Parts: sequence; C-alpha cells; structure tokens
Amino acid sequence: MTEFSEKLLLPEIPNLHQIDVYEKHGGYQALRKAIQMKPEEVTDEVKKSNLKGRGGAGFPTGLKWTFMPKQSSKPKYLCANGDEGEPGTFKDRQIFEFNPHLFIEGSLIAAYAMGIQTIYVYIRGEYVKWIKLLQKAIDDAYSKNYVGENILGSTFCTEMYIFKGAGAYICGEESSLMNSIEGKRGYPRVKPPFPAQNGLWGCPTTINNIETLANVPHIINRGWEWYSKIGTPKHPGTLLFGVSGHVNKPGVYELPTGVLLTDLIYKFAGGVRGNKKIKAVIPGGSSTMWLRGEELEGVRMDADSLKTVGTSIGTGGVIVMDEDTDILKVLARISHFYHHESCGQCTPCREGCGWMEKILNRIVAGEGMIQDIDLLLSVANNIEGNTICALGDAAAWPVQSVIKKFREEFEKRIRKTYPEKVYVPPPHLVKI
Amino acid sequence: MLTQKNLDRIQALKNRFPDTQSLTIPALHIAQEQYGWISEETMIEIANILNLPIGHVIGVATFYTMFNKKPVGKYHIQVCTNVSCQLLGAEKIADYICKKLKINIGETTPDKKFTLTEVECLGSCGTAPVMQINDDYYENLTIEKIDKILSEMK
Repeated sequence: MTEFSEKLLLPEIPNLHQIDVYEKHGGYQALRKAIQMKPEEVTDEVKKSNLKGRGGAGFPTGLKWTFMPKQSSKPKYLCANGDEGEPGTFKDRQIFEFNPHLFIEGSLIAAYAMGIQTIYVYIRGEYVKWIKLLQKAIDDAYSKNYVGENILGSTFCTEMYIFKGAGAYICGEESSLMNSIEGKRGYPRVKPPFPAQNGLWGCPTTINNIETLANVPHIINRGWEWYSKIGTPKHPGTLLFGVSGHVNKPGVYELPTGVLLTDLIYKFAGGVRGNKKIKAVIPGGSSTMWLRGEELEGVRMDADSLKTVGTSIGTGGVIVMDEDTDILKVLARISHFYHHESCGQCTPCREGCGWMEKILNRIVAGEGMIQDIDLLLSVANNIEGNTICALGDAAAWPVQSVIKKFREEFEKRIRKTYPEKVYVPPPHLVKI
Repeated sequence: MLTQKNLDRIQALKNRFPDTQSLTIPALHIAQEQYGWISEETMIEIANILNLPIGHVIGVATFYTMFNKKPVGKYHIQVCTNVSCQLLGAEKIADYICKKLKINIGETTPDKKFTLTEVECLGSCGTAPVMQINDDYYENLTIEKIDKILSEMK
C-alpha cells in the first residue's frame, strides 16, 4: 500500500463550498479538460483508473458507464444517489456541505462521457439543510455556465435537478430510486433489463453514488495512472470512512483504501470510549457481516481484504461496539430496521424480516428457546438470495454473522430462562 | 385547497420531467408544507391536480414515511433509535422526551405543540444520538440539551 495522506474529497480548505474558492483551487478545470476530450476517452480514463462504486456494491464505475448505448433515440439520464440511508453512513452529506462543486463537476463529466442531458440528484428528504446547500451550489454552477446550455461554449448541454426523497431506505437501491423519481412507490425492479438499457421512463440510465462521482474530477485532472496507485490496486482511491458507535472521536475520515481497521479506530477515531475492549465491529454499514473484537488485527479496509474475512466494505460506515454492548439488542434493532424498510414485494423479505425481529425480541426479552437460534438462522437463510433486490440479503447477513460469531451470547441469554433444555441442531441448519 | 403559490410551484416543476406522474412526490412535499400532513382529501386533491388515479397517489403517499398520515404538532420531534444512536443511548433520550412531554412515541401533546416519532437512521451517525425537529437536526444529544432545546420551542 502506498503512503498517501492527501484528502481528495474533503480537503481542509476553508469555504471550499463557495464556487470562487473552489475555482481558485483548480475547480472545474477537469470539466474543461474533459469536454476537450472525446466522450469515450473520458470513460476510458475512468475505466482504467479502476474506480469502484462507493454506494455499497463496489461495481467498477467506468465499466458501468460503457453499458450505456452510444447512440440512442431516447434521452439518457444520470441519477446521482445521495439517499444515504444505510445505518452507519453519513458521508455524502459531508460532500454536500463542504465540497459540493467537486460532486457537481464529477456528475457533469459523467454526463458528458455518456451523452446525458439530464442529471437527477436523489437526496434523502430528511436532509433539508444539505439539499439547500447543494441547490445553492448548483445555482452558482448554472450562473457560471458549468451547467445548462452550451456548457463553457461547447455543444454539451445538461440540466441538473435535485429530487427530494421522502423517507424510504429502499430508495437507495438503484431501481427503486428510479421508480421513486417516476412518482411511484419505491419498489425495486427485476433485473434484467438493467438500467443502462431500460432505466428511467424506459430510457438508458446510469446510477452512481455521490462519493463515486466526486472522485471523477481528480481522475480526469491527474490521470488514471496516478489514481490507480492510491491505496490498494484492486480498489484504489480514498474512501470516506464514517466511524460511529463507542469511539472517542466519531466522524468521517478520508483515508486511502487498505488502511488498517485498527488504525481507523484507534489512530483516527481516538480509540474506544473508556479504554474498553471491542466486542464487535460492523465494517461497512448495517448490512455487512459483523467482525468479532478478536478478529480485527490486520484487517484492512478495502473490498478484497474484507472479503477474505467474510464481510464487505459496503458504504465504509464502521460501527464500533464495546465489551459492555448487548449485541442481541443491537441485532434486534437492526432487524427491526429491515422489517420496517422492506418494501413488501417479495414474500421471503416481507415476512422473514418480521419473523427475525420477533424471534430476536423474544430472545432479548429472555423468553427465547434454544431452538430459536436455528429457527432464526433458517429464516435468514431462506431470505438470502430469494428476493428481487439486496435488501433481503442485507437483512439476513447481520443475523447470520452474529449467530455464527456470537452463538454463545444467544445460548447464555436463553439458558438463563431455560437452563434444562439442551438442543443439538440438525447439521443442515448450522452452516451459513 | 392548495394556495395559488403552491399550485404554481408544482406547475413550475413540470419541465423537469417527461410526465406528470413524476410530480407525485414533489407535490406531496409541497402539500405537506402547507397542511402539515397528508389527509385523504389532500391525496385526492393532488390526484386531481396531476390528473392521476386517486389510488396511485394514495399508494405513493402511504409508502413513504415522511408523509404524515395524521396531523402532527407544531414541532414534530423525530428521534433516531437506529444502531449508532442506540449505542449512545437513544432509548434513554426517547424515554426522557416521553416523560417530559407526557406522551408516548407516536402521540401528540394535547396542546398540539409536540408530536414525538421514532425514526430510522437519519444519516447522522457520527454525531449520535440525533433527533430532527421539523427541518432541523439536533446532534450529540444529552438530557440537558433536550431540556434546553425544548424550552426554546415556543
């Protein structure tokens, strides 16, 4: 891993949210450069940089852009995803507040590369303050002709609109987001067809995360080669890690991928409150598999490294739980969240999430039976992979991983009530 | 009835989308700004303005949690109790507000001043525990802070 201390997305420059300050620090130069290039050269640059999506799935951004048809009789759309609903995630709002023009510039470059004339920025409805801040930045960009008709004297025209969400976690899922913009209930769509063929109003559409798009100007300015060397080669760049929970200094830390999880917690986030031991860490937002406190040593924060320890980078939202945490209660709360947010289309998710919540609540209340552990696992296993979108998986993974890693916690809690019951689970139920 | 100004605001958004169905959510937001909540009459009103089936608007309005399906107080307090907030004592915060306002979660005070709702993650986990009152976020909450914030709500 290369040492890299520069902050690309959130540099410590006062008033960078103001357009003239942003311009003074090289802002909108990447856009000028991009519109001198051929659109496919821009896409190629992003593709070669190996930039991966920051919204959770980690799909290669440049490759996604190539899925868009070059010629299309229909209009093409870009949706910038700022729904930011994943518990433990609070990074996009930092971009809206402190560096909105970097995101706007990145979106414009993306629109140019794909021949897109309309950009919708989908922002969660609760972010009233940040919607206002971004709208101000967009208005300023319009006034300087970075957005709108004949951008910077070229033939490139694109409009940029904010779409205010209305409180639905599922609308962070790309096809649900498109349905929401179309004025429908936020139901995920069956894929294929993929958005690049059949997206908003049946037209070619690309959906990128806010943070992903904010990386693009740097790639255009400084070249794919430079970018691809930041952090780990397979998942390059800096990430906005949001650290929350039982740490002394919770917050967003911009660091290159591949940073040690222990460094992130102890060096940057100030360690655990009261110098307590860590019981568990959720590494990438509530949907990702948990890690036990003893597993953290040597774990690096990039897609591949986390995959090798059985979890994923997700949105980079790290949630730290100290040794005194009642993790069953935390898990029950997380299951309540997925139950609440399930859109209700697919039976396994709609019914299963409710079941998981109920079983967990009963265990937390001290009314669980030893069979409940395997019942819970069997419900989770039957949701995973059996739903239209990833919300079902996201609901199942925390439950599966906590049972796998903290089975003794369940047993302890249950034995308190039913000490006489000994239950040997059938082998087909224990494997995850 | 929506005010002429709000009707104009809805009309002004038309050029952003290829059809009027896409105005459903923006129009519901505008209506909620005016009425404070979305009644069934409001859903019908919006369906008529946008020339959409009533069932469609009802379906959308009931899907999204931000649209209040019953009247809320002057100050709508929304406490996040999701994981990061929970770890830092959101439950105590919610309990304290309940006790202080003498209402349960989901209820409004008899003087219609406060409504308390429990919400899912507000995307403010680094400054947990968090609540939202109307449009504003209140972060790094403590019991003392709540006393101060609520006493300033006139």
